[in-house]
Amino acid sequence: MVTSSFDYFAPTTLDEATSLLSRYRGEAKVLAGGHSLIPMMKLRLAEPGILVDIGQIDGLSYIREDGDGVSIGSMTTYREMATSSVIQSRYPLLADASSKVADLQVRNRGTIGGSLAHSDPAGDIPAVVLAIGGSVVARTRRSSREIAIDRFQVDLLTTALHDNEIITEIKLPSLAAGTGTAYSKFHNPASHYAITGVAAVVTISGGVCTEARVAVTGAGDKATRARRTERILRGKELTPAVIRRAAERAAAEVEDTLNEDIHATAEYRVHMTQVHAVKAIEAAVAAAG
Amino acid sequence: MSTEITVTVNGTAHTASVEPRLLLAHFLRDVLDLTGTHIGCDTSQCGACTVHLNGEAVKSCTVFAVQANGSEVTTVEGLADGDSYSHVQQGFWDEHGLQCGFCTPGMIMTAEALLKQNPNPSEEEIRAGLAGNYCRCTGYQNIVNAIGAAAKAGR
Repeated sequence: MVTSSFDYFAPTTLDEATSLLSRYRGEAKVLAGGHSLIPMMKLRLAEPGILVDIGQIDGLSYIREDGDGVSIGSMTTYREMATSSVIQSRYPLLADASSKVADLQVRNRGTIGGSLAHSDPAGDIPAVVLAIGGSVVARTRRSSREIAIDRFQVDLLTTALHDNEIITEIKLPSLAAGTGTAYSKFHNPASHYAITGVAAVVTISGGVCTEARVAVTGAGDKATRARRTERILRGKELTPAVIRRAAERAAAEVEDTLNEDIHATAEYRVHMTQVHAVKAIEAAVAAAG
Repeated sequence: MSTEITVTVNGTAHTASVEPRLLLAHFLRDVLDLTGTHIGCDTSQCGACTVHLNGEAVKSCTVFAVQANGSEVTTVEGLADGDSYSHVQQGFWDEHGLQCGFCTPGMIMTAEALLKQNPNPSEEEIRAGLAGNYCRCTGYQNIVNAIGAAAKAGR
């Protein structure tokens, strides 16, 4: 399969890259690892006239402990996150989810920034970052802004990014003591995309859940917080009965945009979301100690 | 618009003027005539097109040749040293890790990368490492045996 023709730029600095995006605003797409964009271009679902490859820019691939939290450069690959001792110890669900994206070859190329910017409805990373919280740093030629992750995913394959912005960094907050995390997904055996996936970050203090962030992917049009589930968890002792009752509401926020395709019906996706919500929350509670 | 690129493939630098949309797999096969790299599904799933880009296994059907500008690529043709096969190649020979052979170049390139990351994989780790490579003939048994034999030979 051959993509449409395009003009190609491989800038070596962010200033050059953002200048190109401004100059060709609306026509140009950013090429990061390419493992979402190139397949879409081969299917002619995307036909950008210009690609700005940010793979030649130094300094966009790092995992750094900054103050309280951790900053991840946008070109950091799944493999780098899966094997990072910082990610493994501070955000185990991000390391685990990264190790389960697609396969070894894809994990060598795909990036956290690309995954977030693409916002695939079945992507793993958008749900995981949503459950952790934090923000996306986006830069234009003239300025830089931080977009809270809760406002980042807007719609199917659509984010709050402007078409002259490049994601440079993802900032993750420090997790409170007593926080456990887990990601549980039911994947398509060929592509390893999530038919449904649930990310849970749960804080337990004095035997009671003081904070919970739960995010669902695969079921609806974008990664979405399961706020009803979170509300049931907060303030309670997380017994199996409470977890089950909370998980029953895990697909409530996506029920208007449920996916239905050759892989699973909408009804099945709802059920599997509930099943994996139980698994993710139970594992997060166990990890909270 | 054509772009001039220089890619070092199996130790030899090649300079060519290519269309930006030319995939690395097609650059290797059609421009350099290195037809050991196969194209199976063309949708980033089957892994037959796996090569090493700067030492890491990638699916060359999902990389534009221009992205490899200035990089080092190793294909299945670059593994043997004269008549002496790599451990993985010898493992596939000894354990008969193939039937039709179409997936074999990709299987071998993935296995080389897997053993570099993990020289002592368990059977389960070998199978997980092959998640991105499809074989439609063997049922994978002899492929897993071949990689196990290569790991043993490398110790």
